[in-house]
Amino acid sequence: MSAELFPMRRAPGCPFDPPPAARAKQEEGPLARVGLWDGSTPWLVTRHAEQRALMADPRVSADITRPGYPSSAPIPPGGTSISFILMDDPEHGRLRRMVTAPFATKRVQALRPAIQRIVDDLVDELLAGPNPVDLVDAFALPVPSLVICELLGVPYADHEYFQDSSKTIVKRDVSTEQRTAAMGKLMSYLDDLVGTKMEHPADDLLSGLATRVEAGELTRSEAAQMGVLLLIAGHETTANMIALGTLALFENPDQLALLRDSDDPTLVASAVEELLRYLNITHSGRRRVATADIPVGDQVIRAGEGLIMANDIANRDAEVFPDPDRLDLRRDARRHLAFGFGVHQCLGQQLARLELQVVYSTLYRRIPTLELATDLDKVPFKHDGAVYGVYELPVRW
Amino acid sequence: MKVTVDEDRCCGAGQCVLLAPDVFDQRDEDGIVVLLDPAPRPDLHEAVREAAEVCPAAAIEIAEGP
Repeated sequence: MSAELFPMRRAPGCPFDPPPAARAKQEEGPLARVGLWDGSTPWLVTRHAEQRALMADPRVSADITRPGYPSSAPIPPGGTSISFILMDDPEHGRLRRMVTAPFATKRVQALRPAIQRIVDDLVDELLAGPNPVDLVDAFALPVPSLVICELLGVPYADHEYFQDSSKTIVKRDVSTEQRTAAMGKLMSYLDDLVGTKMEHPADDLLSGLATRVEAGELTRSEAAQMGVLLLIAGHETTANMIALGTLALFENPDQLALLRDSDDPTLVASAVEELLRYLNITHSGRRRVATADIPVGDQVIRAGEGLIMANDIANRDAEVFPDPDRLDLRRDARRHLAFGFGVHQCLGQQLARLELQVVYSTLYRRIPTLELATDLDKVPFKHDGAVYGVYELPVRW
Repeated sequence: MKVTVDEDRCCGAGQCVLLAPDVFDQRDEDGIVVLLDPAPRPDLHEAVREAAEVCPAAAIEIAEGP
């Protein structure tokens, strides 16, 4: 029997739920063989407990160059340039630590007033602009873009240029050539910017990297790679959480009302965790490869076998989250795996949390009549995206 | 309760600081964990236990006791 192809399809009319075939595998057991585009048959790890344990297991590698790594697309000649997320320690740790401080919890929390100002200004512009409008273009994308540009020291005026490239990079169904070309464009953009920061350092993350390049701790190309990674990760993900989260709240009006009518920061924080658990915009799974034999239940993952940790189904695991398909902003969802687990867990998670807290606590209170301006079945979902979400979200008020 | 942290394991995800800011902080230069209070007062114990539980790098150890 040939293994079912991964990624699987969502059910029609259920845009927020993981593919039924993946849920069925979860019910059968913690491990299931799936087929990839290249004919390989890695393990799909289906449950929360096993995903958590394996992502923290030192016998499990994130190194994309290892044989057996279940790559989501062909690796272009010359390798990929997505930096330390596809490396193991100690190299991963050395590079990650160079950019960790600006994302530290208390440093990020100090950005709250600045982020609130960005969000308030964008809501002002929304209210003064056309109605209906596409929320993705007018709000969901600008919020994280403005924030990450500020933090990195990337001129926001260039956003159309880099958003165009990053959109191509995070699509599932583009050719290797297209993806490589887009990556090349972004790399050379960031490389130029690192050069500029070497000559004119400012108080931003890229200037910090430029200083390390001058000190010989980092090559210029490594610095540019990190810039690309942080720029893409910093806006594609949060933008999709804003737009898809808003749509999920439109479809759950009692939950939307709860958020709109509350000024309790604890409820807002809990709502963010629950929407992260429920939506799973990173719907292609975390990819890993075993470096030793690892027993799981009555099966053994062999050294060299690929692993796909599908967080969308782990976050709907009823063992951990009772009544998992219900969006319940009051539940304790903090054990979700939306940011992954292990040493690769999302570096920008505190920034994402803060941006989403500010957005979810501001947008619906300031525009209480905000609603979907089309039918749910006419909304274009990113089924083909490495990051899930909506391409457009027409709203009115 | 006695708390210890492993700086080599820490990946700077910052979950512990979010949950128990009086007990954990992060270094200015590289975001790695700083233990502010190795013997936290009882009303912080639950938050510290959760911090250890959600730490993605298993860098927090707790010895329960008086």
